Amino acid sequence: MAKVIVNDVEVEADPKDNCILAARKAGVEIPHYCWHESLSVVASCRMCLVEVGEKKPDGTIAWGPKLVPGCQTPIKEGTVIRTDSAKVKTTQQMTLEFLLLNHPLDCSICDQAGECYLQDYTYKYGKAQSRLDEPKLQRMDKYHIGEQIALFTDRCVMCTRCVRFTREISGTAELQVMARGSHEEIDVFPDVPCDNKLAGNVVDLCPVGALCSKDFLYKKRVWWLKHAESVCTGCSTGCSIHIDQNEDKVYRLRPRENPLAQGHFMCDEGRFGFKYIHDERRLTRPKLSDAIAGAANRKSQATTTAGSGDLSFADPWTDVLEVARRKIKDAVKTDARGFVAVLSPFMTVEEAYLLASFLKGLDKRVRLVLGPVPMVGSDDKYPKGPKGQSPAEDKVRFTIRAEKCPNRLGVEAVLRHFEGQVTKLEQMMGGANATSWFLVGGNSEGWVTESIDRAVGQPGLLIVQDIFPSPLSERADILLPSGSFAEREGTYVNHSGLAQAAQAAVRCPGDARADGRILLELAERKGLFNALAIRKEVGNAIPSLVALAEGDLGEHGVKIGGVAREPIYS
Amino acid sequence: MSNDNFQPVLLARQNKPNSHTLASYQADGGYQALAKALKMVNTEVIDVVKASGLRGRGGAGFPTGLKWTFLPKDVKGPIYLCINGDESEPGTFNNRVLIEQDPHQVLEGIVISSFATRTTTAYFYLRYEYGRCYRVLKDAIDEMYDNNLLGKNILGSGYDLDIHLHRGACAYICGEETGLIESLEGKRAWPRIKPPFPAIEGAFRKPTVVNNVETMACIPHIINHGPEWFMSMGIPKDPNNPRDAGSYGPKLYCISGHVNKPGLVELPMGISARDLIEKHAGGVWKGRKAKAVVPGGISMGFMSESELDTPLDFAGPGRVGCLGLGTAAVIVIDDHTSMVDVLYNACRFFAHESCGQCTPCREGTAWSTKILERIRDGRGKLSDIDLLLEISSSIGTIPGTTICGLADGAAWPMKTAINKFRGEFEEYIKSGRKSESRSLAGAH
Repeated sequence: MAKVIVNDVEVEADPKDNCILAARKAGVEIPHYCWHESLSVVASCRMCLVEVGEKKPDGTIAWGPKLVPGCQTPIKEGTVIRTDSAKVKTTQQMTLEFLLLNHPLDCSICDQAGECYLQDYTYKYGKAQSRLDEPKLQRMDKYHIGEQIALFTDRCVMCTRCVRFTREISGTAELQVMARGSHEEIDVFPDVPCDNKLAGNVVDLCPVGALCSKDFLYKKRVWWLKHAESVCTGCSTGCSIHIDQNEDKVYRLRPRENPLAQGHFMCDEGRFGFKYIHDERRLTRPKLSDAIAGAANRKSQATTTAGSGDLSFADPWTDVLEVARRKIKDAVKTDARGFVAVLSPFMTVEEAYLLASFLKGLDKRVRLVLGPVPMVGSDDKYPKGPKGQSPAEDKVRFTIRAEKCPNRLGVEAVLRHFEGQVTKLEQMMGGANATSWFLVGGNSEGWVTESIDRAVGQPGLLIVQDIFPSPLSERADILLPSGSFAEREGTYVNHSGLAQAAQAAVRCPGDARADGRILLELAERKGLFNALAIRKEVGNAIPSLVALAEGDLGEHGVKIGGVAREPIYS
Repeated sequence: MSNDNFQPVLLARQNKPNSHTLASYQADGGYQALAKALKMVNTEVIDVVKASGLRGRGGAGFPTGLKWTFLPKDVKGPIYLCINGDESEPGTFNNRVLIEQDPHQVLEGIVISSFATRTTTAYFYLRYEYGRCYRVLKDAIDEMYDNNLLGKNILGSGYDLDIHLHRGACAYICGEETGLIESLEGKRAWPRIKPPFPAIEGAFRKPTVVNNVETMACIPHIINHGPEWFMSMGIPKDPNNPRDAGSYGPKLYCISGHVNKPGLVELPMGISARDLIEKHAGGVWKGRKAKAVVPGGISMGFMSESELDTPLDFAGPGRVGCLGLGTAAVIVIDDHTSMVDVLYNACRFFAHESCGQCTPCREGTAWSTKILERIRDGRGKLSDIDLLLEISSSIGTIPGTTICGLADGAAWPMKTAINKFRGEFEEYIKSGRKSESRSLAGAH
């Protein structure tokens, strides 16, 4: 650690830090556009110019003769940084005036307004008026940059973050700087659009409203969006994300920086892959099959005056869960070994634990198996080489994993605790001898294959907890419509054993309920579902998940035993 | 030493028949310096160049020998020498004459310098517009290969060297040494951030020296005649200024603009601008007087008539508010010319040539051009003058605002023109008149 003095405040900083990071530790913001922690340093925006000196042993400060870019200047013991001198402030004002010269100031129709660094820095460091007395340069908007990306050319401040991203992280190098001087523009070569699987990140990287996501364009002013900290469930990388929603509608996902998980970025499969949560086909109403419903109705008519059916204002769950609980207990009593529960790798650790502990509490002989783990191709590693080849292992900056589910490791840990081993549903095809099934889905797309359908057949009791209709949900005795990832809170354990907490962002559609709430009530536990409380319980109950016992996993999550990994960058 | 008896050194063979051929060069004693140098140890060559006080002729005037010593001592792998022939500073044409008239003088310097710096691959970066230079150089290099002056085992010394001739693509920024290196590597010529300096990490991430063509032309003469001879010319160090490295040796002055006899003149360092114009360029044309003189390429700024007695050595122009000697390209502006037009022309050049990497230069050069366009259209405001000064200070006169030094070069003409001719600017704006010279159409 090195002692650094930032505007008279002394702080300890990492000798590898640059001035921006060191100042951040002192609570001082050095404004910057082109610098980004995950990209190479170009020091071209000149927004982060500061005065830097060195404190001599005799206490005097030897100031450097020049203003230096904070991004490019490393610190060492005794470095003195001044960000509030008249010289620095004048330069910041002038740089902002330069950047705004040809900027259209169309904030009122700009998607970035509200999270724009031109707005923020101008407010903090700029001056109110431009002295430009000439017409601004006007440039054509470019909708051809990529399938998901539009470029509002005249808003660009030429920080080249996007260009560097496509060269250094995706390795696909679609984006270029064209022309020269004040006429230069970001562009792609003809017929080579920026459509790589990480392309959406350039929109996040753009500090202004130049690169916009076509998917999000003009959909919502960002100040209406509420943010939940969650985890992408698209693959086992488990990117930390923000879910941005308003009035129970998710508008976009953004990566949340996490050095332990994925870094600063996320892939487009995850970024745009959330649409299914608002799909009209979602299961929204709990249901009992006619046979069971008839019996239940007859029974409940004595106690309730409200009629059954869709016009009822009564909570449909009360009956359904009561019937489900009774049926499960009956089935376990009749044939415990024949009761098979399928736990989906889309479940959170808490949900898996609730279901497993409930069923095993009824009878130890109940069988728990792991649902299908979707695998697509092989791991997709970046940056790509010039011919699209994968990088060497030590050069990998981002991986889209073939395992398209978020929590296989977490669910396996629960299964191993309760079963001693992990049995996969595929292994039971044909020889299950099951009389009752409790199947949990939650996958983003259909997971009930023909062979699963056949293997389940027509058992004595079929309970399905899922978000989309399937042949099984059609004929389920009891259907429990559950929540997608944006609707549930809990813990996911990614490929490297990093346990991350996800918050719920929106409410479930219709009468559907988040899985944790369903299972909590099913297990007749007291109170409301609270992931933190269950997580503590899981940590105390399952030795391999003891890292969860704290409950709070922090911003970046914690490693569960055995499979820990170094941060992917430092 | 009086300049009247000065015998040209670098231009000695100018206008001789077939001066560009190897036979002609060797008949005049060419490549003896190379033979001499190859018998020395390479560090001895560096010491000789260091002792001569030779400073780079490309503009910044950095001591050449010192630059060579910055190369890491025990480097494994290649060291590269890049010759900066991207002569794009307005008013400068000494490299063109040197290459066209006497390419072997330059090439001999390159081989000696490569030997001194332990380089086995040298890159000659030539601006694209110099087509004739390209053909002459190409032939000269072929001749050298044919005569064991390049390639393997040069003159039986065991030293190998290849020279690659690389043509630029018409960009001013490629004259900046790291811009040149980027361009050479096939990238967009955006100057690199320093450190690391090229001597540590230059072309292809290897230690690299970048030298100007005229600097190379001086090397054979220093080897032949020794450092004392070289130091007998020019202006010695200022004993009161420990940072002054002196201005030694002959220098090519390019004279252009409103003079009777524009051209290239070789003189010992330190002649005054007035002498240069009166004695060597036939005086200002049409019997007029000089209003302003550019001491060394437009980016150095302007000297006013009263400052013409300034010696044109490395330190002189700086004392009268200019950026430096630059390329010693003297442009004379007569008193019938409007400084508003002159400055507009300069700003337009920099706006066109700004590489666009750093915000202040990219936006500032274009903005100042727009302001001057408006003033020339009779729509100026008196506040524009201070605004131009403020823009110039943001572009380059505050140190550190940009990555490369060329932004300073864009700022200095604005600063000096306005500071030294402010009255004319004010009068122009108040009169509300329009420029007589048409607005120049450009690529933009």
